[in-house]
Amino acid sequence: MMRQLAISAALLVLAGCRNSQASIDPLEQTGPKPVLPEPTEGLIAAVGVPQVVGWKQGETPTVPSGFRIEAMATGLSNPRTVYPLPNGDILVVEGKRVGSEPVDRPKDPVRRFIMSLAHGGGGAKSSGPAAGPPQRITLLRDANGDGKVELKSILVDHLNSPFGIAVVGNELYVANTDAVLRYPFTSGQTAISSPPQRVVELPGGLIDHHWTKSLTASPDGSKLYAGVGSNSNVQERGPEAETNRAAVWEIDPRTGAYRVFASGLRNPNGLTFYPGSNTLWTVVNERDEIGPNLVPDYMTSVRPGGFYGWPYSYYGQHVDKRVRPQRPDLVAKAIPPDYALSSHVAALGLAFYTGSSFPAGFRGGAFVGEHGSWNRTAYNGYRVVFIRFAGGRPVGKPMNFVVGFIGPDGKARGRPVGVAVDRTGALIIADDVGNTVWRVSYSGDAKAR
Amino acid sequence: MARRTIPPISIVRHPIYNMLLPVPVVCFIAALLTDWTYLASNGNRQWVNFSTWLLAAGLVFGAVSILVLMVDLIRGVAANRGLGWATFLLLLAAWIVEFINSLVHARDGWTAVAGAGLVLSIVGALLIAIAGWLSRDALELVP
Repeated sequence: MMRQLAISAALLVLAGCRNSQASIDPLEQTGPKPVLPEPTEGLIAAVGVPQVVGWKQGETPTVPSGFRIEAMATGLSNPRTVYPLPNGDILVVEGKRVGSEPVDRPKDPVRRFIMSLAHGGGGAKSSGPAAGPPQRITLLRDANGDGKVELKSILVDHLNSPFGIAVVGNELYVANTDAVLRYPFTSGQTAISSPPQRVVELPGGLIDHHWTKSLTASPDGSKLYAGVGSNSNVQERGPEAETNRAAVWEIDPRTGAYRVFASGLRNPNGLTFYPGSNTLWTVVNERDEIGPNLVPDYMTSVRPGGFYGWPYSYYGQHVDKRVRPQRPDLVAKAIPPDYALSSHVAALGLAFYTGSSFPAGFRGGAFVGEHGSWNRTAYNGYRVVFIRFAGGRPVGKPMNFVVGFIGPDGKARGRPVGVAVDRTGALIIADDVGNTVWRVSYSGDAKAR
Repeated sequence: MARRTIPPISIVRHPIYNMLLPVPVVCFIAALLTDWTYLASNGNRQWVNFSTWLLAAGLVFGAVSILVLMVDLIRGVAANRGLGWATFLLLLAAWIVEFINSLVHARDGWTAVAGAGLVLSIVGALLIAIAGWLSRDALELVP
């Protein structure tokens, strides 16, 4: 049965699959008012995952003219998050989900197999007898800001599927998949030997479907915000599995007290405060399996106490009829997100441009790392886009800023995840499939946007 | 009934078709019941999970029983060839319907059952029930 399903899924991938929403251009699904077609459920969810081949020596993603991209570090192991520090050090979170979700239905192993295709092997599979992928934070030192790494050192090791990090004063907070940890950390330090304190437990557990826990600190450093993704596509693991999930948590780092800050956010990542404000932004991965053009992933400001629809509805009051019992009371108060990024792009990274070395049009705008689609036959995402901001709000259409993660042969070299701006104003990109950290700088010889 | 000369595919002289066929009959009919219960419970997901495993088990055993029956029929085992092939076609039709049904049941949530899923479960259960009822005569059994 499993094999039959896997084979027919594979055949449909090859055949290009049915595609009744194909006429929509992904660009029509960007911005504040995306085109939303009627949901369609095929016999087999459209699946398209590129074969992973990695980057050849000297091969890089492509950037607009006037910009330069180079690899800062290669041979990493699933780098997900990059976190530049004021002294030029860059923290790179390397981690991977371990274990697998319990099998509820015959579909589950089939789905897992398809997902695994898109991740390839990637990086050190196991190091020594204590098998398992590295779960650590690597420090890259670029003291003179030329983009060349002089020192590479393991800052913290043996974490548990880490993703988000935040440095507040002399403390490093790490969001493992099941807890927020605190380490004492002084700028310049290249290894931390002190054991961590557990600030608060996060929902991990046996299923842990969306395992990446994004993390950021409020501008004054008094609160932490953690993104906790849902345990399912649309609550098909039952409502009990979603307790305090699909939410952004607000955590008091001193006491470990937390509250759900906002909910109905299926898989929120890239938590970041808009520079100079107290407004929290996130990029969210929306639901799958109702067509290649549903539901667009989005970037949104997060209102305290806000409910953004998942699982009952999307983009405000568009009810998802797969979810029972329905909750018209919650649907009524669902907030439509600010800015759609188009469907299935899998936005995982968000950084506002706080530097000054890029042309003026970039200031205050957003870079979004789009890991790339699986639930449509025509790939979408697999790039870093830029969205201009005016008055603290996104304007216009996204611009493809870093592309070429999928080569002309249709095979994946890498997939972008976290993005960040370093002290020189260069854009740093974590590429978890290409096992590389990229740095994009402006060479100044092209006209500004 | 006429005496048969060619024995069906057997284990220790007991035809295995008769052992295999009840599995899809029971599973496909049971899947209809668990589908019904899922809808009646307003989406208690354990029932749709039962349905998906019942369909999976019915499809695996159904596929083997169809193959065994086909080989037996080609070898000329059936006392009544017409009835034998009619049973075969009903089984095949039930299997195809339930295969499509298993894809529908793989959807996440309510639409795995409500609508096409329930209709296919009814059709598949009817087809397999008729096939099971006919099959007593499809292969004449050694008493």
